[in-house]
Amino acid sequence: MYISLRNAPASTGSAPRARGVRTVSSTVITLGVVSMLTDISSESVSAVLPLYVTGMLGLSVIAFGLIDGLHQGVSAVVRIASGYTSDRIDRPKWVAFAGYAAAMVARIGLLFASGFAALSAVIVADRIGKGIRTAPRDVMITIASPPADLGRAFGVHRMLDNIGAALGPLIAFVILLVVPDGYAVVFTASLAFAVIGVLILGLIVPNLRSRGKTDAALSPDREASGAALSATAAPVRNRLARDRPARARMTDVWRGPMRRVLAVSGLLGILTIGDGFVYLVLQSRSDFAAQWFPLLYVGTNVAFLAFAIPFGRLADRIGRARVFVFGHLGLLAAYVVAVLAWDDAVATVLCLFFLGAFYAATDGVLAALAAQLTTPDNRGTGIAAAQTVVAVSRFLSAAGFGVLWFTVGPEVSLLIVAAALAVAIPLVLLLLRPFLSSARQVPA
Amino acid sequence: MNPRRAWAIIAGVALVALGGTAAAGAVAWAQYDERANATSEVATGGPAAIDEGRIVFRSTASGRGYGHVASVSAAAPEGERAVSDAVCDRVDADAGIISCVRTVRGITPSYTAEITRLDGTPLAQWPLAGIPSRTRISPSGELVATTAFVTGHSYATVGFSTDTSIHRRDGEDLGDLEQWTLLIDGTPSAPVDRNYWGVTFIDDTSFYATVGIASAGTTYLVRGDIATRTFTALAENVECPSLSPDGTRIAFKRLTAGSGPDAHWTPAVYDIGTGDIQLLPETRGIDDQIEWLDDDTILYGLPRDDVPGDSDIWALAADGSGSARVFIAHAWSPAVVHDGTDG
Repeated sequence: MYISLRNAPASTGSAPRARGVRTVSSTVITLGVVSMLTDISSESVSAVLPLYVTGMLGLSVIAFGLIDGLHQGVSAVVRIASGYTSDRIDRPKWVAFAGYAAAMVARIGLLFASGFAALSAVIVADRIGKGIRTAPRDVMITIASPPADLGRAFGVHRMLDNIGAALGPLIAFVILLVVPDGYAVVFTASLAFAVIGVLILGLIVPNLRSRGKTDAALSPDREASGAALSATAAPVRNRLARDRPARARMTDVWRGPMRRVLAVSGLLGILTIGDGFVYLVLQSRSDFAAQWFPLLYVGTNVAFLAFAIPFGRLADRIGRARVFVFGHLGLLAAYVVAVLAWDDAVATVLCLFFLGAFYAATDGVLAALAAQLTTPDNRGTGIAAAQTVVAVSRFLSAAGFGVLWFTVGPEVSLLIVAAALAVAIPLVLLLLRPFLSSARQVPA
Repeated sequence: MNPRRAWAIIAGVALVALGGTAAAGAVAWAQYDERANATSEVATGGPAAIDEGRIVFRSTASGRGYGHVASVSAAAPEGERAVSDAVCDRVDADAGIISCVRTVRGITPSYTAEITRLDGTPLAQWPLAGIPSRTRISPSGELVATTAFVTGHSYATVGFSTDTSIHRRDGEDLGDLEQWTLLIDGTPSAPVDRNYWGVTFIDDTSFYATVGIASAGTTYLVRGDIATRTFTALAENVECPSLSPDGTRIAFKRLTAGSGPDAHWTPAVYDIGTGDIQLLPETRGIDDQIEWLDDDTILYGLPRDDVPGDSDIWALAADGSGSARVFIAHAWSPAVVHDGTDG
């Protein structure tokens, strides 16, 4: 394991370092732990929710499915607004805090009212909270990390985040295994993890601010310790920040180099049909996948967390745009493997492996790329815009793929999308050519 | 605040929060243990054999036997219930077989359908893709339909869908219903987000079901033909059909108010001959596939508001006369056994 806290006073700035022992800011680790705890909290509830609604409340989940889809859209809008707000007031920590706190407060309500309406409210609050917290949190990761190591920083964060996503359902189902009707215990545990996460964010993560960054970056030990930074450097930086007018403008994002990234994200997003469809193809071809259907996403999740750091490091070395685009080869491979007439177990496992690799090569890497191509003034807006374009295009893609699915059948449609992706990847490389080799350059 | 102080506060709060969770877990476990081993709150006993004239259901009475398949005599539904060893979320029993769909607890849950003879002899078993929601057996006992809810996952959500399949009683799968041709107003239609659920068999060649189109918010009553693999839409806004024993009417739940989580469904009866739809006098929202007790009476489950996990089976006259009454207390998923022969 090559993560270590960077609290040691020895500067690692220019000294030669042994391979694989480079460090990541303690702030990034702390943010990762906060995400992990919050993911444990939200995923434990989401995992048992369908069982609870059908088994305990005796209701159908159709209504729940509808409300879930609806609020994905709300989350996308909220995300842009919170990224922009975070840029405008230059307080990413407190904007993110609001997002984490919203999810926590909803869980307190869950303890007292555990009906279907209360559950829906918690899920909605969690979605909206996720929309609020994601972009400003990624801004903080950017501020706390040396620009050259941004990919790895996001990799570390996403790995911790996904550990939470894998642990949440596990904890919930273990509770239910011991106490078969122990849903209240799951909700209590969910609240406990949420409270700890929010508390760590509020008390430990320094109040990083974007606009002071360029000034502080001159100081070699600017992130020697998160706490020290907030205690000493921050007042100076805050003063500097206050001296400058807020310049965050949405249009700066569309006009700048991000324009190409947004276009590419949209195009590739359209060709990302969603794991659900791939799982359904796997399920329909074999008893193996059908039997393990509820576990397929866990497999993808584990592959994601295993690849997050290596691909983040690779992105820093060979270019984030490059890894982002080539990551879609993983998606292409997953599509093809799902259709190939291989042994069912082998196809299923390989498919999850490639899907996880795809997420690892694109999710955090895209945030790192967006951070690289934006200025401290519009970083939150830029990251949020990229993530929203991905979310919206994937949503449209799912609808469009549904049409294809019913017209020509699952296997053929999967191959059509795979072919389109094979054509799109070189085109996209051409479009992103200006940024392909600029891994270590920080744009002016 | 210095970091050491901050971490001390976090450690303290974490200790309280996780300790509180552990305590809540211990209390919940003790309560569960006590409930599970308590004497059942209803009278149990009765004949172990299930045969014609009995009603099979999932017992939700607290105490021993909670969640187990039980049966009572249709003539004396409030009498002693015979409790079996099988634990099912949903159950149907007819024509000599029992279809039990259930959640298998584990580090991650899995879901299965199990077909047994009325005496419990296993016939077939297959995995389900999600949480069991409906199951129905054809009048001859040759075919079994199941509906499961398939839910997505947060970072890879495709939302949610149903997975409905028809198997032979020996486990042979008749194939993906979503690949069948769907005719709406006589023309083939392929909406992106159609879902099928709630099969009710006419015979071994045809059945009724619901097709829901999520984006349009519409549901159709469809007639499925197994030989031609075709669905034909017959009426709009019909959900979870259930064919009467005489084959002339379909009971279903009709959306009468709200939508999404606020939907309010009222039981209704559709006359196949005339196309007339009559709403039945029931003010509570019902979310269940109706079962016909006989040609005059329908049965459906309603969860209890005050006790999570408990429910009752209610009876209501199919012609709209009279009001609903509790038919079997502490029960769920009723199935009327019409013919005990094992064809």
